[in-house]
Amino acid sequence: MLRKSLFAVAIAALAASPALAQQKSLKIGFITTLSGPAGIIGKHMRDSVEMALDHLGRKVGGLPTEVIYGDDQFKPDVGLQVAEEMMKKNGVDIMAGIIWSNVMLAVQPAVNKAGMIMVGTNAGPSPLAGSGCNELYFSTSWNNDQTPEAMGKFMQDQGINDVYLMAPNYQAGKDMAAGFKRYYKGRIVDEVFTRVGQPDYQAELSQLRAKNPKNVFVFYPGGMGVAFMKQWLEGGFRGQFPLYSVFTVDETTIPALKHAVLGQYETKFWSPDLKVPASQKYVADFQKKFGYTPAFYGAQSYDGILLIDSAVRAVKGNVKDTKGMVMAMRKANYNSIRGKFTFNTNHHPIQDFYLLRAVAGPAGKDPVMEIQKKVFENHKDSYYKDCKMKW
Amino acid sequence: MTLGLFLEQLLNGVQFGVMLFLMAAGLTLVFGIMNLVNLAHGSLYMMGAYFTVAAVNWTGYYVAGVLLGLAATLLLGMLVEVVTLRTLYERDHLDQVLATFGLILFFNELVAILWGRTALDLARPEWLQGHIDLFASSRYPLYRAVIIGVGLAVAACLWYVVTRTRLGMLVRAGASNRTMVAALGVNIRLLYTFVFGFGAALAGLAGIMAGPIYAVQPGMGELILIQVFVVIVIGGIGSIRGSFVGALIVGIVDTLGRAFLKPLLGTVLSPSYADAAGPALASMLIYLLMALVLALRPEGLFPSRGS
Repeated sequence: MLRKSLFAVAIAALAASPALAQQKSLKIGFITTLSGPAGIIGKHMRDSVEMALDHLGRKVGGLPTEVIYGDDQFKPDVGLQVAEEMMKKNGVDIMAGIIWSNVMLAVQPAVNKAGMIMVGTNAGPSPLAGSGCNELYFSTSWNNDQTPEAMGKFMQDQGINDVYLMAPNYQAGKDMAAGFKRYYKGRIVDEVFTRVGQPDYQAELSQLRAKNPKNVFVFYPGGMGVAFMKQWLEGGFRGQFPLYSVFTVDETTIPALKHAVLGQYETKFWSPDLKVPASQKYVADFQKKFGYTPAFYGAQSYDGILLIDSAVRAVKGNVKDTKGMVMAMRKANYNSIRGKFTFNTNHHPIQDFYLLRAVAGPAGKDPVMEIQKKVFENHKDSYYKDCKMKW
Repeated sequence: MTLGLFLEQLLNGVQFGVMLFLMAAGLTLVFGIMNLVNLAHGSLYMMGAYFTVAAVNWTGYYVAGVLLGLAATLLLGMLVEVVTLRTLYERDHLDQVLATFGLILFFNELVAILWGRTALDLARPEWLQGHIDLFASSRYPLYRAVIIGVGLAVAACLWYVVTRTRLGMLVRAGASNRTMVAALGVNIRLLYTFVFGFGAALAGLAGIMAGPIYAVQPGMGELILIQVFVVIVIGGIGSIRGSFVGALIVGIVDTLGRAFLKPLLGTVLSPSYADAAGPALASMLIYLLMALVLALRPEGLFPSRGS
């Protein structure tokens, strides 16, 4: 009897051994901000990851998938700690997510040094697109400079001059200003950098009024944007100074701002009304499941999971084959929410950028963003030449 | 830089200072009288704003909503004191920090569950919109002027209550020597609960006034809490007068720093250096001030007599 059962076990083990080389399941570590004022952005991202899992039948690349979510609390050191824990304790196979450029600059080196692939789904600090690019780092969003570049181009083409520039004082804020000025060639009245997370802009707004610029360009993501826009309206600036913004008015901030955003111009690579089948399916299913409209933060995260899916499929579930995964990812062979696109040599998308405007939504509902026109076609970031990667 | 602009920025500084004072008054009382480090003070500020949003939506009237919001925050403060903080008075500060930090997490998650993570809109009524033409070419938002007015009125009331009433006398006595007050037959526990609820209501008032101009969102309290701690350290822990002066100093220094430090540096440094150093230095200014005060007067500018 005993001998018989031993035999059975041996046979079972032998039969199973070819499968041992294969992965049985996949663990993805997804870092975003889930608490505090920026938690709403993290919610859009997490819900979008869940949406992608639903669309893939909860199997990324055919493997049963577990996504472990981590909260960076908007702090680089916490983000790094969460990443270390995911890699060492949870044994994740691949890392993704991250909203903030300063968090990304802390996390990405540690992840890539451990030989693991990182798929950034929002932050686009310029070093990672240029000299600091890495084989194991991919972005499904953009380089920070690109979106303000589109706004700079639009304003330059419109003959708009005399611009006052405001942004929070950190990597992304500096990148936004640099990107804007790359295409906008007119006069800059002043550049003002404020403390990150600052809730009150009254002092800066008084300075702005005293300088009396003809136009204003700002970058205030998340809760900073809500506070800024409210105070802009409160101080009677609207109507007096035309305001152009990037990453300030979107589906995460509109519910708090409502009519205050009407007429606001933004530039973006994506908008919920983009006429791309994959995007329309994502938005419609998302609205049905979660009851609100996803912002681009979500769209990029959805995209990130699909990118991982395409790579895991290409290596037939053998996720230890990092090289094969990288090769597969470079092809961008999946149904992206932005439509067909290619990766540049620095692993950042070459993509279109659009001019958006906040218009009245359906009766009784919040305003919605509407695509006005294409500003850039197949736009490359301005750092890829500094990236030494060859493929 | 014109005189008009300077005066406007001064006014902005006073307005910011008044907001800080409303927060600091409650915190300093709790710290001074109960010897309790309450990190969750920012959560009460947030709850005040959320209660008011809910009440305004429910009643449809702004003033009714504000009054309900204030009352709700007062009750919440007393509840928190009775349920969680009462056991902490005899513990050391580290335990208090841990417990009240836990309260921060609790309240942030609570509002996220009840109202969602999206920032909420607390609309000002018509009569609080618009602006005042102050000096030539500068318009001052009416709402900010109202904040200054309310803040100064609250400060005056507090001054009256603390220095001229029996309750204030007990509060001051409690700050100086708790054991003696208790020995004289005063129900110090009840006094604590009341003081804590009152401090919570002041924080709630600050949150209510912040609602229409800042974002009503989970974690909004922590954005202002650090500055409030700076205020009470500068002013002297336990002293209301100190927190008033400290709040105005911090408000004005921070505002003027943000407004004028960069142009000022630009006159002595090259523009690129001024651009880099200006904002960085401006955000450090109040902490440098605090370090200076701690070095010269470790007890703060107006130490309460007991400490």
